Amino acid sequence: MQPLSNIESLLYFSPEILLVIFAAAVVILDLIVKDTESSAVAHLSLAGCICVFATVLVTHFSFSHEGPVSLFLGMVQLDVFSSFFKVLLLLATTATILFSLRSEELDARLKGEYYALLLAITLGMFLMASSTNLLMIFISLETVSLTSYILAGFLTHNPRSSEAAFKYITYGAVASGTMLFGLSLLFGMAGSGDLGQISVRLTELLAAGEVAPLAVLIAITFILAGVGYKIASVPFHMWSPDVYEGAPIPITAFLSVASKSAGFALFIRFFYSGFGSSELMQAVDWTFMLAIVSALTMTVGNLAALPQQNVKRLLAYSSIAHGGYLLMGGVLLTPEGIGAILFYLIVYLFMNLGAFHVVVLIANEEGSEMIEGYRGLASRAPLVAWAMAIFLFSLTGIPPFAGFFGKWLLFAAVLEQGYYWLALVGLLNSVVSLYYYARIVKAMFLEDAGEETTQTSFSTGTFALLSVFVIPTILIGFLNIFYTFSNISVPVIPMQ
Amino acid sequence: MLLSLMIFIPLLGMIAVLLLPRESEELIKRVALLFTLVPLALAVALFISYDRSTAGTQYVVNVPWIQAFNIQYHIGIDGLSVTLLLLTALLGPICVIASWRNIEKGIKAYMALFLLLETGMLGFFAALDLFLFYVFFELTLLPMYFLIGIWGGPRREYAAIKFFLYTLFGSVLMLVAMIAVYLNSGAPGARTFDIPTLITLASTEGHALNNVNFQIWVFLGFFIGFAVKVPIFPFHTWLPDAHVEAPTAISVILAGILLKMGTYGLVRINMAMFPKGLDFFCNGIGFWGNSLALLGFINIVYGSFCALAQTDFKKLVAYSSIGHMGFVILGLSARNDSGITGAILQMFNHGVISAMLFLLVGVLYDRAHHREINGFGGLGTKMPVYTGITTLAFMASLGLPGLSGFVGEALSLLGAYDKFKMLTILSTIGIVVGAAYFLWTLQRVFLGTLNPKYEELPEINGREILTLVPLGILTIVLGVWPNFAIDMFRESVTNLIDVLHAI
Repeated sequence: MQPLSNIESLLYFSPEILLVIFAAAVVILDLIVKDTESSAVAHLSLAGCICVFATVLVTHFSFSHEGPVSLFLGMVQLDVFSSFFKVLLLLATTATILFSLRSEELDARLKGEYYALLLAITLGMFLMASSTNLLMIFISLETVSLTSYILAGFLTHNPRSSEAAFKYITYGAVASGTMLFGLSLLFGMAGSGDLGQISVRLTELLAAGEVAPLAVLIAITFILAGVGYKIASVPFHMWSPDVYEGAPIPITAFLSVASKSAGFALFIRFFYSGFGSSELMQAVDWTFMLAIVSALTMTVGNLAALPQQNVKRLLAYSSIAHGGYLLMGGVLLTPEGIGAILFYLIVYLFMNLGAFHVVVLIANEEGSEMIEGYRGLASRAPLVAWAMAIFLFSLTGIPPFAGFFGKWLLFAAVLEQGYYWLALVGLLNSVVSLYYYARIVKAMFLEDAGEETTQTSFSTGTFALLSVFVIPTILIGFLNIFYTFSNISVPVIPMQ
Repeated sequence: MLLSLMIFIPLLGMIAVLLLPRESEELIKRVALLFTLVPLALAVALFISYDRSTAGTQYVVNVPWIQAFNIQYHIGIDGLSVTLLLLTALLGPICVIASWRNIEKGIKAYMALFLLLETGMLGFFAALDLFLFYVFFELTLLPMYFLIGIWGGPRREYAAIKFFLYTLFGSVLMLVAMIAVYLNSGAPGARTFDIPTLITLASTEGHALNNVNFQIWVFLGFFIGFAVKVPIFPFHTWLPDAHVEAPTAISVILAGILLKMGTYGLVRINMAMFPKGLDFFCNGIGFWGNSLALLGFINIVYGSFCALAQTDFKKLVAYSSIGHMGFVILGLSARNDSGITGAILQMFNHGVISAMLFLLVGVLYDRAHHREINGFGGLGTKMPVYTGITTLAFMASLGLPGLSGFVGEALSLLGAYDKFKMLTILSTIGIVVGAAYFLWTLQRVFLGTLNPKYEELPEINGREILTLVPLGILTIVLGVWPNFAIDMFRESVTNLIDVLHAI
């Protein structure tokens, strides 16, 4: 299908446009409202998320019958795959705004900027999920990165937060630079920035022997630096524990879920559309490299999480490990693999955000993010403790929680392709992960709080929000409709 | 429908308990008792109405669950599962009663978790879909972790996490094997988790599941998963810790039911589904051909000698469990009628006897607050009724003819003697040692001079007797009339042996 021109594309692009409008409105409203205690901007951003959510659905259902639509002369693509990620990202953004409303560590004077940036980063992630051109890929990635640097350093009074932002930007700059170099190599070889054309051109050139497979592999490796940095895969993961620990908790939650999801969207589209054809795979086998990266990522993440005392840092390492599990689905090149990734991302969204919600609650109440702060939580606030236990066991992958069904899909897809060693590494990693998740459970349930055993009361809103995460974490696995995601991969996987 | 009701009534009970206010402790206990008595009534009804003349599964419910993977909610019972369901349903109310007085904190959470555990166990024994089977298998993990970890003894945290890690390690290997079986069960779209279908496919000549090498590997995967549960040496080290730390009722469930989940899995999956794999480990040439029987032998002898060395009453019973589960493994590895019948009977009998033993240890511990065998003496004069019941349980456990323990062990050994003469002869050492440690304990605790500290020790009370009487009756009934149980699974065993020898 012919790409649409710029003017024609605008209608298909309405969710993104609406996001920009709301981001601007948030800045303006912040100028008007003088009261620093007011949460008007947060509510406007929430309204924005809901409007964009509706628009995404409307756009999807009005245009999905046309199949994938290429917009802006082939820069971005509107298809079921990008719509899926837009819904997922909006859920994460909405949850982050709700967390931020409750968080007590954020600077009240800066909230206009904060929420505007949150909407802006969501826009960047939307584009990451739909870009089909090298240039657009890089721009969307940079939009997200630059915004994240600011958000990570948002606790201006806290040196840890500034350290986080500084580390983030240093690693980020190196990763982006490396990726840009890889992109330029790729562009030089294929003479085009469009992923579809790159795939076709490279296949021809490789067949004719005009391009060495090694050159393509080098370009891919460089690009992997940028993508791997976003999804925090080994060896580009070093920034994430420090950033996750230093950043405000809502931003940590956002980075660990939304940033990772957007990274996977980009990863899947780039590798599958660009390098997924079987001819190309025969010449350049990049999946083996990824399988090793995946095994290393989960192992390093899990082993490093074992001794952590800070729950935020522990969850940071656990989120690295989950990136590793997700990558397993990425090496398979099958619709089942993508379906498993998408299913896992949904499950991961609920269970990980839920865990971070509890971290926010405890940080507000105890002023601490250490495991000691969770001691005796079961007697102080039993419902919160049980919810946290459910999230943690779901993250471990224990039935009957959704995390088990997510892992089960991933492992089934991996085993189907005959990667027995990778599945075994992943499963043994799950056993290891039980140990550190159970340490938090142990603190909550098996240890006494000491002398003070006053009941902590939380508001009804807190419980309502908590149940929004708990109920899907228990139920998703039992529902039939969530197992059909392999269909979504259709626009991404090249015709064989 | 009856079966589903039985499985999920405890779950409803859990919800009911959670809705009750935390303060009304008596009410919570009564509700929990009610919701364990109903499954017992249903289990008795199933037991009576079960058609003993056929090996086919009965009371089958088969509803699609996750269609994308052909996963079904498929449950049903055969002779083996109906006996274990009865055992589970029987121990449910007994454990609730046993927890009536000695759970001091958080009775609400305790009962809720216990009811969840019961749903997991009942579902496990009834599941006929491999995926469902696995989910129920794992469903018992979480409540058990909390029940040991929160209400256990001084080293409860260590014991709970050790139990959890060991079992999870075993079950992930089982998960790989399970997925491998699923993927090899047919072309994409025609794959299945249905256990009866898989058993048929695995014995179909030329099918991928029928391949010897494949069967050996998946056999191993499932075997390790179940071996941790049984526990089979060298995966047994979690058991003494878990037993010593767990509260009485939870020890009862652990020994009575959870260990049986391992052996039940061996029969239901490893033996029935992978006869060629089993053949390699029980009938092949050289070391591997004897390996399963060897593990049974090690369990018997090692468990018995370890028990002999214990001075902690509960640890002694825990190690004796390891020894007695060895007879099940030995009997199963014989692959003949008397071996398998004996093994299944031993599963049921051990469930009853070890439940009694742990309840009795609990009775003593509640009074004396320690379990050091050498710290007692002469209790026979102070607590004659308690001494009488304990003697019955000891005699049943050491295999006195006329009580149930004898029949199962004798049949297992009889079956195994056909195949593994030397190992069977050596295994009888375990019986001798078993008699030694039980009689020695009897002597140290109940005979001799009374320790003056325990002048005032009260006799076993009515509530405690209530928990022990049904189990005591069962040991005597099954001792003199074992066909009462054997009739239930005779056809199932015959059917299983046909499968085993059809390869």
